[in-house]
Amino acid sequence: MVTIHEGRPGLSRRELLKRGGVGAALLVISGSAVISPQHAWGLETTALKPETMATLIQMARDIYPHDQVPDKYYAIAVKSHDEAAGKDAAHKELIEKGIADLDQKAGAGGYAGLGWEEERVKLLQGIEDTPFFQAVRGGLVVGLYNQKEIWPIFGYEGESYSKGGYIARGFDDIEWL
Amino acid sequence: MVAKYDLNDDKVVVIIGSGAGGGTLGNELAQKGIDVVILEAGNRYEYADFINDEWDSFAQLSWGDPRTASGGWRVAKDFSGLPAWIVKAVGGTTTHWAGASLRLQEHEFKALTHYGKIEGANLLDWPLTLAELEPYYAKAEDKMGVTRTNGIEGLPGNNNFKILKAGADALGYKECHTGNMAINSAERDGRMACQQTGFCFQGCKWGAKWSTLYTEIPKGEETGKLEVRPNSHVVKIEHDDSGKVTSVVYADKDGKLQSQKARIVCVAGNSIESPRLLLNSASSKFPDGLANSSGQVGKNYMRHTTGSVYAIFDKPVHMYRGTTMAGIVRDEAKHDPSRGFVGGYELETLALGLPFMAAFLNPGGWGRGFTTALDHYDHMAGMWIVGEDMPQEQNAVKLHGEMKDKYAMPIPDVWFTDHPNDDAMRNHAYKQGMAMYDAVGATRTFPTPPYPSTHNLGTNRMSEKALDGVVNKFGQTHDIKNLFVSDGSQFTTGGAENPTLTIVTLAIRQADHIAKEMAAKNI
Ligand SMILES: Cc1cc2nc3c(=O)[nH]c(=O)nc-3n(C[C@H](O)[C@H](O)[C@H](O)COP(=O)(O)OP(=O)(O)OC[C@H]3O[C@@H](n4cnc5c(N)ncnc54)[C@H](O)[C@@H]3O)c2cc1C
Ligand code: SF4
Repeated sequence: MVTIHEGRPGLSRRELLKRGGVGAALLVISGSAVISPQHAWGLETTALKPETMATLIQMARDIYPHDQVPDKYYAIAVKSHDEAAGKDAAHKELIEKGIADLDQKAGAGGYAGLGWEEERVKLLQGIEDTPFFQAVRGGLVVGLYNQKEIWPIFGYEGESYSKGGYIARGFDDIEWL
Repeated sequence: MVAKYDLNDDKVVVIIGSGAGGGTLGNELAQKGIDVVILEAGNRYEYADFINDEWDSFAQLSWGDPRTASGGWRVAKDFSGLPAWIVKAVGGTTTHWAGASLRLQEHEFKALTHYGKIEGANLLDWPLTLAELEPYYAKAEDKMGVTRTNGIEGLPGNNNFKILKAGADALGYKECHTGNMAINSAERDGRMACQQTGFCFQGCKWGAKWSTLYTEIPKGEETGKLEVRPNSHVVKIEHDDSGKVTSVVYADKDGKLQSQKARIVCVAGNSIESPRLLLNSASSKFPDGLANSSGQVGKNYMRHTTGSVYAIFDKPVHMYRGTTMAGIVRDEAKHDPSRGFVGGYELETLALGLPFMAAFLNPGGWGRGFTTALDHYDHMAGMWIVGEDMPQEQNAVKLHGEMKDKYAMPIPDVWFTDHPNDDAMRNHAYKQGMAMYDAVGATRTFPTPPYPSTHNLGTNRMSEKALDGVVNKFGQTHDIKNLFVSDGSQFTTGGAENPTLTIVTLAIRQADHIAKEMAAKNI
């Protein structure tokens, strides 16, 4: 469903320098893809502009900021908007216009150019009740938190039947009470 | 040998729904040699098919047909298409449930008498007493293998329980233990003991938790007197000129309409679908729907006064390990109006996995206030509030004015607004719950709003007089002798306790009544 290219090779120096308008995170726009050179993953867009996707990734992190969760998982979480945009022109417009509106409100460097999370969050609070914001936030609840790969970061162990449950694996191991 | 009945067989008792009420009634009748067909809208899974994953399990088991939520409750805003979180599958919501099995208290059967007239509330006494139900409660507890009854040991307490217990002790609460659970603490009835897997809400893959799916239903089938037809969604109940019900129209697995003749029809589709079906079965003889001369079908929808309290500690808890409902505090379940409300509430541990915690901790919430809570997921403990809510006539399951399902039947709209008594009780419970966790050293607590309804009650209520309700004390409709209601929609009031033990108890008692009336040729 989600096309995340791991270990994307051959990223040229020129591409690395051609940084997208992303402030905090080092995400690079290359052709139709958003690329994270230092973490070796890339996300190809088909319907949305790659710049839009990069900003969307930043917005996702600002909505549900977990400093210990790498960008890659936020990218996976918002990728579905690219798929939806490919099937539904109205959804494409919702996202493109929503991001364009955020960029415009942010001024010169655009939304992602704002250096502090607080500044970006202030903009988001201003659009909190819009269908655009709600579509992005709503999609993240499952899109982000239902990725099994991030569960260990939160200390959630997931499926337990195959391991025989917790009867011998610490269901009552609390010691500090 | 599993029975198979003809569509034109008009000797059968047809039960609609195979959950706590329908599944139990089906087995009880079959044990007495009565021919039974259970029509169940959902699929049949076995417990090996259950999935230890919150969203995947939700997709597998939940009732996902269109419904709307409206009214003043927060669910109408946060989950406008999901008023209730219940099941569409053989076994009904007993696949999903946590297993807490408590008897209602004596005074709760006489709510109007004990609480008095409360403005805005449509209180009524049950036409039943605890004493009348006690022998049936005892049978239900034995059938379900409820811990701390019939000499069955309690379950061991998990981490989440240990925190609850420490908080209860600190506040001076006296009645705190690992609950009365329909979960095997040791092998019983051919089912194994709880392995503390922690996915009770996703269906118990060990079969340690009681569900009609793998107890009542196979036992009934073994008699050769029970046929369970999955993927059979009932759209209408039909009657003859005399007003007796005669057949049930359902969509089969291919969506094709079939008609099953019946001697008796028992509706057990849970408190949203049951009244909806009666309303959708309106005819020229019964223009307001079947069994609705009182106008009470669909009214007085109750969902228990609920809410959760989660707390973060500076050391790990891992609340999700082990039984989901791992213990209870009962001290606040009494009726003590000095607290500022009538009725009482129970506090029970509850744990959600990370995906559901993200969806339910503070629906719609975002930003660091929200995410820093989840950052400490493994340091969290949680409890659930379940208390008596007021029946209100305005709170109702109604037919939607425009929207229809894929069988062209109006979908249900669930309209609900809290009564001031509900608010007062919830606020009291939040305070007590947070105080318990504070006493154990919580660094942050969260008074979490109610989830979509898991307990749905009252929409075909039991009453002494035909004017006040839909069914009599046996669940037989006042208007139509061979039409019964067999699920939680019979509840006159909700009590503070989780409802399923009482639903099962009423079903066992109803089976006796139906058998007697059939033998006497009254129905
Ligand atoms: C997460 C969760 C935890 C819970 N924990 C507890 C607990 O610890 N203790 C407790 O007492 N209770 C608990 N409950 C509540 C308990 O599950 C319900 O009270 C109980 O299952 C209700 O029984 P019922 O017979 O009314 O309906 P259900 O068990 O919901 O069964 C109704 C069945 O009817 C079927 N149906 C509906 N309409 C039609 C139709 N038109 N045609 C054919 N079939 C139809 C449905 O598919 C379903 O299978 C919990 C519920 C949930 C969701
Ligand atoms: S904790 Fe026990 S009852 Fe719950 S699912 Fe696991 S084994 Fe079953």
